[in-house]
Amino acid sequence: MTPVSVAVLAAAVRAGTPVLFATLGEIFAERAGILNLGVEGMMLVGALAGFAATARTGNPWAGAAAAGLVGGCLGLIHALLTVTLRANQVASGLALTIFGTGVSAFLGRGYVGVPASGFQTAPLPLLSRLPGLGPILFQQDPFVYLSFAAVPIAWYVLYRTRWGLEIRAVGERPEAADAMGVDVARVRYACVTAGGILAGLGGAFLSTAYTSMWIENMTAGRGWIAVALVIFATWDPLRAVAGAYLFGGVNALQLHIQAMGTGLPTYLLLMAPYVFTIIVLVAATQETARRRLGAPAALSVPYSRTG
Amino acid sequence: MIAVEPRAAAARWTSWAVPAASILAAFIVGAAVLGLAGVDPRAAYGELLSDPFGSGFGVTETLVKATPLILTGLAVLVPARMRLWNIGAEGQFQFGAIGAAAVALFTPLGRSPGAVPAVLLAGMAAGAAWCLVPAALRAWLRVNETITTLLLNYVALLFVDDLIYGPWKDPAGRGFPLSAAFPAAARLPVLIPGTRVHLGFLLALAAAAAVAVVLGRTRWGFEIRVIGDNPVCARYAGIDLVRNTLLVMGLAGALAGLAGAGEASAIAGRLQRGLSPGYGYTGIIVAWLAKLNPIAAVLVAVLLGGLFVGGDALQISLGLPIAVVYMLQGLIFFFVLGGEIIVGYRVVIRRRTPVKMSPEASR
Repeated sequence: MTPVSVAVLAAAVRAGTPVLFATLGEIFAERAGILNLGVEGMMLVGALAGFAATARTGNPWAGAAAAGLVGGCLGLIHALLTVTLRANQVASGLALTIFGTGVSAFLGRGYVGVPASGFQTAPLPLLSRLPGLGPILFQQDPFVYLSFAAVPIAWYVLYRTRWGLEIRAVGERPEAADAMGVDVARVRYACVTAGGILAGLGGAFLSTAYTSMWIENMTAGRGWIAVALVIFATWDPLRAVAGAYLFGGVNALQLHIQAMGTGLPTYLLLMAPYVFTIIVLVAATQETARRRLGAPAALSVPYSRTG
Repeated sequence: MIAVEPRAAAARWTSWAVPAASILAAFIVGAAVLGLAGVDPRAAYGELLSDPFGSGFGVTETLVKATPLILTGLAVLVPARMRLWNIGAEGQFQFGAIGAAAVALFTPLGRSPGAVPAVLLAGMAAGAAWCLVPAALRAWLRVNETITTLLLNYVALLFVDDLIYGPWKDPAGRGFPLSAAFPAAARLPVLIPGTRVHLGFLLALAAAAAVAVVLGRTRWGFEIRVIGDNPVCARYAGIDLVRNTLLVMGLAGALAGLAGAGEASAIAGRLQRGLSPGYGYTGIIVAWLAKLNPIAAVLVAVLLGGLFVGGDALQISLGLPIAVVYMLQGLIFFFVLGGEIIVGYRVVIRRRTPVKMSPEASR
């Protein structure tokens, strides 16, 4: 491979990583039957918290922890509204996005233009020298490696553990899960909170690894793209990787074309990731319909014993 | 344990008490966030509330901001009646502004006596066309309209950027990303001299009345409500879902497009960035707080319009970003969502009693 295509592919992995975290998180929430359209808001607050903690402590891992914490707290608010209070899930998610957008821009105004030392590239010994994949996957920063670990863990939890069985049961047939002694509300709270933690981490990746700065609205719709990619992934963590890196690929390619200066209008290139996501969503919708791989049956339906 | 039980019927007082209490609660939590950030909440709220509802000029500015909010609120509300989520009013607004600018700047109509209706109709057509993209995907391919309408907002904003940094950039604009100014004939007339209240306000009121009549008194409105209540039943009744999806989303896009055309033509007088501080997103809150009632949407839009005027005042006097307004709006939305349920149900606290699994206990 040419050095340029290796560079573009490595950039694709980096651009896909924040979306990967957020998509994994939303998969957990939706698998438990809770739609959370607040991903964009949780990512933004996570990005700010991650950046602020990194700038103050000088340690980007403190930033990641802070982002996970606030993301989880926002997820908890969504769970309180949709699980306990049985509020409309679309509306609650939108409220979360509007609130997160506003509160991050307001609290972050003092961090615009502030320097911080985020995650640095740390090539993995041996692996980074693998021909082909090495320079693409293993000459990244530790936050990227964390996402590599998150994918198989998410898959294992969902398909190979009792927790995963309970989560899937709660998302498909909550009344059956309840009859089996599964605490439906507890599982849903846990999954929505986990989704918030992962969305927060995705946001922190943007502000401490992908770049090392805070910009108002810096997620630029990545939270929504994650919600779309969950459908592409057919609620499967392994397929989420493909979706996230495809998105990352389009983003990296678009930036590369801009840098080459081909004369293509910049703003039309910037549209590419959004248009691409819509095309992917259309294709995924047809595929899930054909293969009957629908959403979790109880998605966005509140559960109560009294009915 | 704490449990919620449904009430037999929601009390009548809840329809105004829930929004009122929600706004109060949002302001209290907002005060805590402001305080944490080192801003004196009393000073901030003083600025936020004194301008929009206190002075005469402030009140008229509230109506100016309410104008696009009524229209974007309707653009969310009409599709919501048939369970479609249009989160794309922001993008449809931008396309409305693009359509208006196209006619005002690049056709002879822009300088003709019929320029104002031509500009507004062009904005409505452009907004409708933009909204028909997700509508067609929804109607024929069953693609989730919530996500597509939202993603298209980003595309629409980039379209505006492409035009004003590129082909539509004003040659006399000293490099600023702005289109040329609209000809005087294409500017919407001001209703009250000395203020910025423009013809768009009357049009927005008329649109709300028209939507109320269409939804409440026509066969089409009946079909929309049947689909919203029970889509399966609607199909058996022979109601055309594809046709209604396209018509309703087209109408929604036209309403949001009218808002964009109005702002471009009456307020800015050109196509530029920041025509909307997020009116399309606030439209979602307008529709929800109004419980999808078009007349109530007017009142909510005026209330939230006041918040934007107060936000401008905050920006000027305390240097706080307009984001404070979004933070408060998000909090209001949270509390309304929770509050609606709390008054619809009763929260009861009781000692946990073990569930007996013996045959006598099962009924």
